[in-house]
Amino acid sequence: MSDEIDASKPAGLSRRGFLKGFGVGSVATGLLSPVGLKEALAREGGVVGPGEVPVTLKINGQNRKLSVEPRVTLLDALRNRLDLTGCKKVCDRGTCGACTVLVDRHPVYSCSMLAVEAEGHEITSIEGLGTPERMNEVQKAFVHHDAQQCGFCTPGFVVACTAFVRKHPDATLEQVRAGLGGNLCRCGTYAGMMLAVVDAARKGVS
Amino acid sequence: MAKVDWPAADKRALIGKRIDRIDGPLKATGAAKYSYDINRPDMLWAKVVTSPYAHAEVTSIDTRAAEALPGVKGVWHDTEKEVRYAGEIVAAVAAVTEEIAEEAARLVAVQYKPLEHQVVDTDPALSKDKPSKKDQGNVDEAFTKADKVVEGEYGIPVVTHCCLEPHGQVTEMRDGELYAWPSTQNVSRYSDRLGEAAGVDQNKIHVECQFMGGGFGSKFNFDKWGPIGALLSKQTGKPVKLLLERDIELMTAGNRPSAYAKIKIGAQKDGTITAVEAEVWGTGGMGGYGPPPIPYVFTKVPHTRLTGKGIRTNRGGQRAWRAPNHPQGCFLTMSALADTAAALKMDELEFFLKNVSLTDRAEVYTEELKIAADLIDYKRKAHPRGDPTPGPVKRGLGMSIHTWGGMGHPSECDVTISPDGSVEARLGSQDLGTGTRTVIDIVVAETLGLPLHAVKVQIGKSDYPASGGSGGSTTVGGVSASSRLAATAALNALFETIASKLDTAADNLEVVRGEIRQSDKPENKMSWKEACALLGVNAITRRGSNNPGESQKMHLMDGGVGGAQIADVSVDIETGIVTINEMVAAQDCGLIIDLKTAESQVYGALIMGITYSLFEEAVYDAKTGRMLNADMEFYRLAGIKDVGNLKVHMMTGKGYDERGVVGLGEPPVISPGAAIANAVANALGVRVPQLPLTPDRVIAVLAKGGNLA
Repeated sequence: MSDEIDASKPAGLSRRGFLKGFGVGSVATGLLSPVGLKEALAREGGVVGPGEVPVTLKINGQNRKLSVEPRVTLLDALRNRLDLTGCKKVCDRGTCGACTVLVDRHPVYSCSMLAVEAEGHEITSIEGLGTPERMNEVQKAFVHHDAQQCGFCTPGFVVACTAFVRKHPDATLEQVRAGLGGNLCRCGTYAGMMLAVVDAARKGVS
Repeated sequence: MAKVDWPAADKRALIGKRIDRIDGPLKATGAAKYSYDINRPDMLWAKVVTSPYAHAEVTSIDTRAAEALPGVKGVWHDTEKEVRYAGEIVAAVAAVTEEIAEEAARLVAVQYKPLEHQVVDTDPALSKDKPSKKDQGNVDEAFTKADKVVEGEYGIPVVTHCCLEPHGQVTEMRDGELYAWPSTQNVSRYSDRLGEAAGVDQNKIHVECQFMGGGFGSKFNFDKWGPIGALLSKQTGKPVKLLLERDIELMTAGNRPSAYAKIKIGAQKDGTITAVEAEVWGTGGMGGYGPPPIPYVFTKVPHTRLTGKGIRTNRGGQRAWRAPNHPQGCFLTMSALADTAAALKMDELEFFLKNVSLTDRAEVYTEELKIAADLIDYKRKAHPRGDPTPGPVKRGLGMSIHTWGGMGHPSECDVTISPDGSVEARLGSQDLGTGTRTVIDIVVAETLGLPLHAVKVQIGKSDYPASGGSGGSTTVGGVSASSRLAATAALNALFETIASKLDTAADNLEVVRGEIRQSDKPENKMSWKEACALLGVNAITRRGSNNPGESQKMHLMDGGVGGAQIADVSVDIETGIVTINEMVAAQDCGLIIDLKTAESQVYGALIMGITYSLFEEAVYDAKTGRMLNADMEFYRLAGIKDVGNLKVHMMTGKGYDERGVVGLGEPPVISPGAAIANAVANALGVRVPQLPLTPDRVIAVLAKGGNLA
């Protein structure tokens, strides 16, 4: 997660809740320092919205131009505007991790980041980690150890696990248990997952 | 001639092996398209408006402000005057973006006249139902004759399904036809009567669900949001995506009824159970209530009496929840039995083994209990109630046994062998993540002597031959039988076509590893490709129809399983936190088609069971009538750190394989509540009588001394 703290948010409301839930559609310069949005902000005197604003997102190595209201989350931009549906909307409140993507190689809940905040960052979604024909080591290990059932939480876990094994190439089961607490599964695939993560770590993920 | 019977163990190339699920790569890479992921051109997003009141009269619904919002294209509202629970849908809007739809839903002005509500389910006096009664033998006399009579009160609350993919669908009315992509467990019959509700001819409805994110019994019907989506699509002329928000999902889309009970057990000195009396109550919300079976599994206890009554509450209606009523019956029965063993100062395992003769499958339970005991190192770890070791962390073991039917459902399957040698199996089934696709592939490939990738499995469309809904562990038996029957018939038709080319009768042919050969003269053979080429331009298609009664007689499938589980827990008596150290399961399910995905079902069930034992409860506020934890932060699911070490032993070989295929999804989720609660009682020396075993409940019991003090 981005650990940027917004001191200007009203007490008792998360910034996301404030921006999204209450339909406040403007973005102040102090909140973020993106590149493409800069021009629009300069043109509009530091505030854009509540209508759509142009955003360029670098996703899986490609620049994708889109026009979104400032209240649109990165998750909804990926799923609804770009048809990158691998990341899932489950809790929509930063609890379950099904929407996890990498932002500058760090795992982030995309439901809790606005699309406009993601401008200027390198975003990797599950689709950028591998394809059914060319899976990365985490994905291969998930298949081999059957670390998935319905599979709805799987992309979020695969993204989180990929970041985890890059950081912990010698991961122990204890580290896996502690390090993957940010994602939830309902079918109960953790047994296979523990084996998969240790296995993938051993093989290495670039 | 190929026979329909399952091949003997030494002849199986694929069946019973550990095989990766064939759609695993699609899921692991995000390429699998779930219903929620279907994005149609020009699609609208729909959001629903729900009642904040648990019971109210809707006096007016004003949608003008919502309709005036730019981007809003369609509006629907209910004509029902009464809302019966908080979270009940009263209106919906469709707009060009999800954000506009959310905003428009907030602009729908609904006036309510609140009415009296009731959401409490713990007090039996609140029941207005005539109690159901079930009597066997002479209970009162049996209690007077018993050496020991043990009484206790136990409870298991309402939990939700909390499917990660919420309920809902994408609906598209196009050229008078209705296309629906629902998240469903029931592709072939999902749309039954949807035509009526949506004003479309039933024969113009096409349903597709290739991937769905969990159902657990809650996704059989099109529900209220099915017709809403169809009507909004009809109204706007555009496809409409309507999937429930998480809070609404938790309040309205299904739950497991609660069950509270006063239970009295009579037993002889040697541990033999002679009498069981239970008074059970609970709620199915706005849905019906049937008391769980007590005594569970030990149905041959000679003297029993069960009184049950439902409490109608202003909560969302109950739905089938993985093994309906069994986790409740199991938790209540096994808790009372473990307390009886403790009162008799008997070892719990010895007590269970002593009484397995009172079940329908004594031998299976004996074998499974012993295997589970070995797996968890019972002899070394077991101690009487109350961990005597000093320090705040107490450790204990507890066990439970369970049963389920799991007979395969009616299923039709078409298998086509094409002249190029490719094979396709088509059926209107669905894969909930249990591995249905993989099972069908294994069965057809095994039958035709081909590798897995040679078979293309096509499921998930209502236009395919009808197959049953995936509930009650009926799918694996149903689709295994229908695909085996279809593949065998297609193979025999191929044998008929090519027999003359091999100068023999079709009866003498067999297929082994991609070659068709004469059984008694294996050198007289041709390759699969050559054989199929002889079909010319005519593909062979044969239908396999699973008639459960007949398939059971043929030992293709069967119903009825056991299963034993033992939990090893630690309880911190200062914090009240229960930790799962280890949990083991010994589970039978007849002939196993894919050992890997079968084991996954059991691991998954243990974890789901740990979740409802330690964390899950739909908490309702009596005053407002609202669910207080309708989100995933406070409606907690177990995370990877919460589940401990799990061991699964699948029963295979003699006594199991020859029964044919039996369903597996439900049984292993039944016992965890009982096994874990019994382990906690064994650790503490007192019973924490109600699930989930949260720190506050543990501490409260320790403060009072518990019910076995």
